[in-house]
Amino acid sequence: MNTSTTKIMTKVIFSGLLLILITTGCERSVDGLEEADLTNNPNVFVDGFSGGLEYAVFQGAVLNAFQVDTEVTSDGIGSSMRFAVPDVNDPRGSYAGGTFFTTSPRDLSEYNALTFYAKATESVPLGVVGFGNDLDQNKFTAEVTDFRANTNWKKYVIPIPDASKLTSEKGMFFYSFGPIEDKGYTVWIDEVKFEFLGTIGQPRFEMLDGEDETTSTFTGVRTSLSGLNSIYNLADGTDQSVNSAAAYFEFASSNTSTAEVDELGNVLVGAQGSAVITASVGGIDADGSLTVESRGTFVSAPTPTRDAANVISVFSDAYDNVDVDYYNGFFNGDGQTTQGGTGSGGADLIVDGNGVINYTQLNFVGIGLFDSVPSIDATEMTHFHVDIKVNEAVQSGDFIRLLLLNSVGDGETSGSFTISSSILLQDSWLGLDIPLSSFNGLNDRSEIGLIFFVSDNTVSNIFVDNIYFFKN
Amino acid sequence: MRSQTKLKSLAILFLPLLLFFRCTSTDEGTDWQLIWSDEFDGAAGATLDQSKWNFEIGRGQNGWGNNELQYYTDRTENAALDGEGNLIITAREESFDGANYTSSRITTQDKLEITYGRIEARIKTPFGQGLWPAFWLLGTPNGDEIWPQIGEIDVMELRGQQPTKIASTVHGPGYSAGNGISGDYNLTNSRFDTEFHVFAAEWFTDKIDFYVDGFLHHTVTKEQIENAGNEWVYNDPFFLILNVAVGGNYVGSPNQATRFPQSMTIDYVRVYSE
Repeated sequence: MNTSTTKIMTKVIFSGLLLILITTGCERSVDGLEEADLTNNPNVFVDGFSGGLEYAVFQGAVLNAFQVDTEVTSDGIGSSMRFAVPDVNDPRGSYAGGTFFTTSPRDLSEYNALTFYAKATESVPLGVVGFGNDLDQNKFTAEVTDFRANTNWKKYVIPIPDASKLTSEKGMFFYSFGPIEDKGYTVWIDEVKFEFLGTIGQPRFEMLDGEDETTSTFTGVRTSLSGLNSIYNLADGTDQSVNSAAAYFEFASSNTSTAEVDELGNVLVGAQGSAVITASVGGIDADGSLTVESRGTFVSAPTPTRDAANVISVFSDAYDNVDVDYYNGFFNGDGQTTQGGTGSGGADLIVDGNGVINYTQLNFVGIGLFDSVPSIDATEMTHFHVDIKVNEAVQSGDFIRLLLLNSVGDGETSGSFTISSSILLQDSWLGLDIPLSSFNGLNDRSEIGLIFFVSDNTVSNIFVDNIYFFKN
Repeated sequence: MRSQTKLKSLAILFLPLLLFFRCTSTDEGTDWQLIWSDEFDGAAGATLDQSKWNFEIGRGQNGWGNNELQYYTDRTENAALDGEGNLIITAREESFDGANYTSSRITTQDKLEITYGRIEARIKTPFGQGLWPAFWLLGTPNGDEIWPQIGEIDVMELRGQQPTKIASTVHGPGYSAGNGISGDYNLTNSRFDTEFHVFAAEWFTDKIDFYVDGFLHHTVTKEQIENAGNEWVYNDPFFLILNVAVGGNYVGSPNQATRFPQSMTIDYVRVYSE
């Protein structure tokens, strides 16, 4: 409801602006005077605030990190913007960040870049800088994360991904600068303005960072397209990549019955089949694609019915889960190959609101509960529950060993329980209630900090759901 | 088209000239008559008019004397009309007879050889590290004479990694390769690879003027060459060359950011005489 109201309001404002534009245009043609036309004013901060420019601090940032500086300027005129980045652990905030926006939108469609001058007290990466943050929908954000500043003033160019979309934009400039190696520093920025530069060319666009990816999934699964970049070649021959909001892109599906994609790059998987999602910007095809292989209806594990009062849950939508460090520790140094457990709340797959972990390339993987969160005191619990579905043929000799570690790194003890091939099920959920007494060697379960799934490559692709301890 | 360094002092000398000639599109008082042209009209995918052009095939000696990386072919994959009145010379990244890139190099040798006149082409260049498009002339070999005695007039050459700058250069005995007499032309609010620009040389008995989009940006005079103790070798027949080289001493090799294929689009080549 709110969103639609905002859209209507925006349209009303925009119509009003069109009238003003037309009127101003007529006046120009009559008397030839160059009157300031606020609706397409390119200036953001040029020796001082431009008309109608406001400033808001991002959450968690130092409130007064931004100051207008009349001493240090790029051209000796007016003032510059000074950003004092805090040291680490500064009680006022952990970084400097905020957005400069206008209360009335501007038409930026005749420009092709936001440019500015910057320098810093030392050579530092220039965090994140961009435009399109309007403190509302942030629909047309565009940001650069690979600028560096040093002690000399230098001009920076952020190409606009597709300026034809910016007919009514309030987000003029935003920044986010954090401490480098725990230390703060100061950045000055001046001459922030939109320009049309004939030296910018050769646009190229990327979805999924230009990769062709395939996902094997199920009806009802939602995913969103990331890695959206616009790459322009600059006057000096270098390419500048700009992280670009989805609204700059047009998305298409080759088979809408298998996958639908909306204007913000959200994909909803439909009926069994195959569909290719592609993108374009202003008629130019983007590199990268997502092939969606829908395997049809996903059969979820049975929803747990035990009383929450008797459960300590690690991963389940039926209960409130305890805080977890991670659902995949990526112990790659120890030879781990396992992927997965990296989605929101550990869920790689969310079907009709129910999250499921999908471990692939499984050899071993650990769920951590010891680093920055309390370990689990399962002393009162009697069983460990897990639902597992093997997404491949189960062969003789296959196994999944569950390993519980107590007091990780400090008088560590552990116990394991092995699920053999005769018990594992292919393409069906296997629900296990394993008595904790069956975890051989686990004498103390007051501080369970790691839960391992080990297959030694015998089983490589599994779904996991409803991981919890319970009291019978 | 050997490598060269820009002569900054010369560029400064020419600044006043630039101001004077900005509004003239050609040397005043010269009545140029069109004597030869290729407008590249024809069906899409068709090859060149062989009555006007030759293909030079292969890798040349030492990469055409510059350690260039491409193999030049006469295939339409590397040179073809686009059906819209343009010739497209395309550099591709592909294995071909020991080279990692292919492209084309075409000449008018034995088909159009001129001494003096206005030589003009409308071109959109490729871009990217390691691309080296050029529109130039070489003196027709005469007896035992070899380069640089035969002379070379580079109307336009561009380093793909510098998409806003072209160079115009003459090479002769005592002033070749890095010592060629060169002038750069920079675009301040445009690029050579995103829109067409017109490149021209006006060649007289005692000077050569170089133009970009009608702006005279570089002049080399017989007097200037002779004052330096060198020989003016521009009184004999020359032929035209269009090519897109990949890599070589002048530009360096392509890198990860270089996008292939890369094309030079030529709208026309026109030759005038007085």
